[in-house]
Amino acid sequence: MKSSVITFPGSNCDRDMDVALKKFGFKNKMVWHADTELPKSDLVVLPGGFSYGDYLRCGSMASKSKIMQSVINFANSGGMVMGICNGFQILVETGLVPGVLLRNKYLEFICKNVFVKINDKKNKYFKNVDNQVLEFHIAHNEGNYFCTNDQLKEIEDNNQIAINYCNENGKIEDQFNPNGSIKNIAGIFNKEKNVLGMMPHPERMIDTSLSGEDGSLFFKNLINNLK
Amino acid sequence: MKISVIITLKKDVLDPQGKVIHQTLDGMGFEDVNEVRQGKYFEIDTKETDNNKAKAKVEEMCKKLLANLVIENYKIIDPK
Repeated sequence: MKSSVITFPGSNCDRDMDVALKKFGFKNKMVWHADTELPKSDLVVLPGGFSYGDYLRCGSMASKSKIMQSVINFANSGGMVMGICNGFQILVETGLVPGVLLRNKYLEFICKNVFVKINDKKNKYFKNVDNQVLEFHIAHNEGNYFCTNDQLKEIEDNNQIAINYCNENGKIEDQFNPNGSIKNIAGIFNKEKNVLGMMPHPERMIDTSLSGEDGSLFFKNLINNLK
Repeated sequence: MKISVIITLKKDVLDPQGKVIHQTLDGMGFEDVNEVRQGKYFEIDTKETDNNKAKAKVEEMCKKLLANLVIENYKIIDPK
């Protein structure tokens, strides 16, 4: 399986993602934002970080960079595109997934482990994951998912919510919402579910000596689903 | 020609920064403030000399980059 990780000026989780993808069997290539063509890929990842210093709105500049037209075309032709953290912010700015990510409700940069509940398994990202609840890491200032009421209705009607913030038992309540996101949304799909944007970092949970193994579950499963 | 643009958050969008500014003003003794909403202001100096054409270009910039229309409104100020 071939993957590509796009590096924007200010990306800082691109190499972590490279390590994670390779660990679970992907042949990964790093792609520079100023390139115009994507290498042949089964998966394209927009990594976390602070592309363009978060100027204007997080992800807004990166969403207009040269490589993004190829990423958008790839996604629109059914290609798998995953945006993590700043990558999620870039995805919403391209319009590939609906909504926006606002400043966290309590204006704090949040850096901690959280639990997320998988809402939908009829997709290549979460199909066959045994667990219903996963422990991932979040580190963001703008992860407060927001969309219009019309968009929310459409998202719910199409079952586009990927994961919600919850407690370790999978309870989705306001008290387990770290950033004020509507409906505790931590990640969403596009309508066709080939594009996934999420704030949590699975690539930070691939080693027990560092953090945890729930990211390993995610990546092992992802590569199997793509085979 | 210089054209100015003001970007504001839509009415129903939460503005945590505006809220904190409000609270701080309140603490400083400005107690009669009802609400504070924070926005953005841009000055765009363009080579275009035709007023209408310049405004149309800036409107396109607003839609494509300067504002996110899910949460923000833009207002183009007439050049003097």
